[in-house]
Amino acid sequence: MARVVVDVMLKPEILDPQGQAVQRALPRLGFAGISDVRQGKRFELEVDGPVDEAALARIRELAETFLANTVIEDFTVRVEESAEEVAP
Amino acid sequence: MSTRVGVVTFPGSLDDRDAQRAVRLAGAEPVALWHRDTSLHQVDAVILPGGFSYGDYLRCGAIARFSPVMETVIEQARAGLPVLGICNGFQVLCESHLLPGALTRNDHLHFICRDQRLRVENADTAWTADYTAGQEITIPLKNGEGGYVADERTLDELEAEGRVVFRYLDGNPNGSRRDIAGVSNAAGNVVGLMPHPEHAVESLTGPGTDGLGFFTSVLKKMVAAS
Repeated sequence: MARVVVDVMLKPEILDPQGQAVQRALPRLGFAGISDVRQGKRFELEVDGPVDEAALARIRELAETFLANTVIEDFTVRVEESAEEVAP
Repeated sequence: MSTRVGVVTFPGSLDDRDAQRAVRLAGAEPVALWHRDTSLHQVDAVILPGGFSYGDYLRCGAIARFSPVMETVIEQARAGLPVLGICNGFQVLCESHLLPGALTRNDHLHFICRDQRLRVENADTAWTADYTAGQEITIPLKNGEGGYVADERTLDELEAEGRVVFRYLDGNPNGSRRDIAGVSNAAGNVVGLMPHPEHAVESLTGPGTDGLGFFTSVLKKMVAAS
């Protein structure tokens, strides 16, 4: 089993009032020096079987048609290495 | 035979009964459609009502767009069936790409509920024929994600083609680009707007009866077509 992560963010030109509200709260919390915050969504997909090019292509299609609204959002797709695979 | 207007109920729809009532008051026969229906039961027009379809999860209207009933609505709308999307229904129509653009979180982040003045910019659509261009109407508005956005080129195109059907008056309630409250597709049979005409069809329970024209407009179109 492998994990594929899809990150979805509002396009840079789209106003992100949620991110702005978070950013405006930062000085009150004592965090200085953060000039902008954008808030997005992260999807973690557990995939049965190998994540080969065909599987990734299907997931990109899923991201483009459903997980992201490409009128207002950009997305990225990446495979997350599991701990066992990375360990020697 | 009376005109049949279908009103879709998704899990989480709230204003389906109000829309059915508005259809009845306008003199048509409301037909309840279920989100799992693949047939539209020979209706002459469809209304996608307000509410929170499928809990508004992922994005407002994003899951509803892939419901069995929407597969048929999308196909029929492309063939000319009149479809009106109100609030969440407007979001579903944008997610379906039957209408351009998208609805985003209100710029001030607050849910807003008030009687909203609008200008009818286009009285040639299937749902606005009983109004006159430039007419000002008041109908309720209630939404948290009602900010209409599209890229500049799309906005210019909508303006040039007269597809901005309604514009907000007396202040923009949600940060919509160019004060746009509602738009139509190129053919004018598909219309979506954020404010709720179905809540302004009786003076007892609404700010007036300015919303009734939506439901009589589509009737008139049917009679003219038959």
